[in-house]
Amino acid sequence: MNLQEFKTGVRDSVPIAAGYVGVSFSFGIAAAKFGISPIDACIMSLTNMTSAGQFAAITLIYSGTTYLELILTQFIINLRYALMSLSLSQKLAPHTGTLTRLLIAYANTDEIFAVAVSRDRPVTGSYMAGLEIPPIIGWSVGALLGAIADSILPLSVRSALGISLYAMFVAIVLPPVKKHHAIGIVSLFAIALSCSIAYIPVFKGLSSGFSIIFCTIVGSAFGAIFFPIPDPNEEDSL
Amino acid sequence: MIYTYIICMCLTTYLIRMLPLVIFQKKIENRFLNSFLYYVPYACLSAMTLPSIFSSTSSVISAVAALAVAVILSWRQKSLFTVAASACITVFVVELVL
Repeated sequence: MNLQEFKTGVRDSVPIAAGYVGVSFSFGIAAAKFGISPIDACIMSLTNMTSAGQFAAITLIYSGTTYLELILTQFIINLRYALMSLSLSQKLAPHTGTLTRLLIAYANTDEIFAVAVSRDRPVTGSYMAGLEIPPIIGWSVGALLGAIADSILPLSVRSALGISLYAMFVAIVLPPVKKHHAIGIVSLFAIALSCSIAYIPVFKGLSSGFSIIFCTIVGSAFGAIFFPIPDPNEEDSL
Repeated sequence: MIYTYIICMCLTTYLIRMLPLVIFQKKIENRFLNSFLYYVPYACLSAMTLPSIFSSTSSVISAVAALAVAVILSWRQKSLFTVAASACITVFVVELVL
């Protein structure tokens, strides 16, 4: 353990940790709305360290999804982390051992990954530990506090908070559309698919979990076929 | 059982993050796969938001108003938390007026 590297990691992680408390607080509220207790919301955040994956999971769990559907949904939503881990492996210091890799993989989130790979020198295990621990604490504690806050808030406020998770999805999807219009087209295509499944009577039997997987795969394949992204060697815009 | 669900989730997510980091040392060169993975979060979140958002509050009108607010603020690059909080306030106010 290199203390200096650890400290640098902690310093770099502060903005991430602060942001996580806010988003995770909203997750806690949403989780409570879907019948998940504060402790369970905290455990889910601590063990998963994903935003979109957890938000999808609480709606699925609420609707009584099967384990296979839940696993498939997590797999599809979080598949992007495979790419990030792959990219991070190129950035690790030469003597990074397997045990270190096993540990740092657990909290390789979008934001932590982005900070780690943008560092101007190789990333060590100590640096990653410092970079990951404060956001892990922020993400877990935020969920706990949000879920507790939900049970003491009046009904009218809780009704209003039901929209929060969807508003955050909008806030994740829309800003990148400005730089890359194809994201907007893929997004509209996926929405057209999910609305068709929801409103056309023929598809009534399909579960919401299956619908999400179907729309994600077909929508992403549509994007990959018609709007392939530039070669990653030329542009690292992921 | 909530803990079985949580174990399924966290094992799936952990394996996705861990396996490439431990096993593969080369970057993905396949352009289709890269593009597919690039669009996954956007297609997924979009499909999850619509049409479900319309049934997330007490009335469709408040949901539509909040969606409009979320779209405008997101377009102006406001933070996740600002967008979520503003959408919630919109629902609260609209349902108060209705």
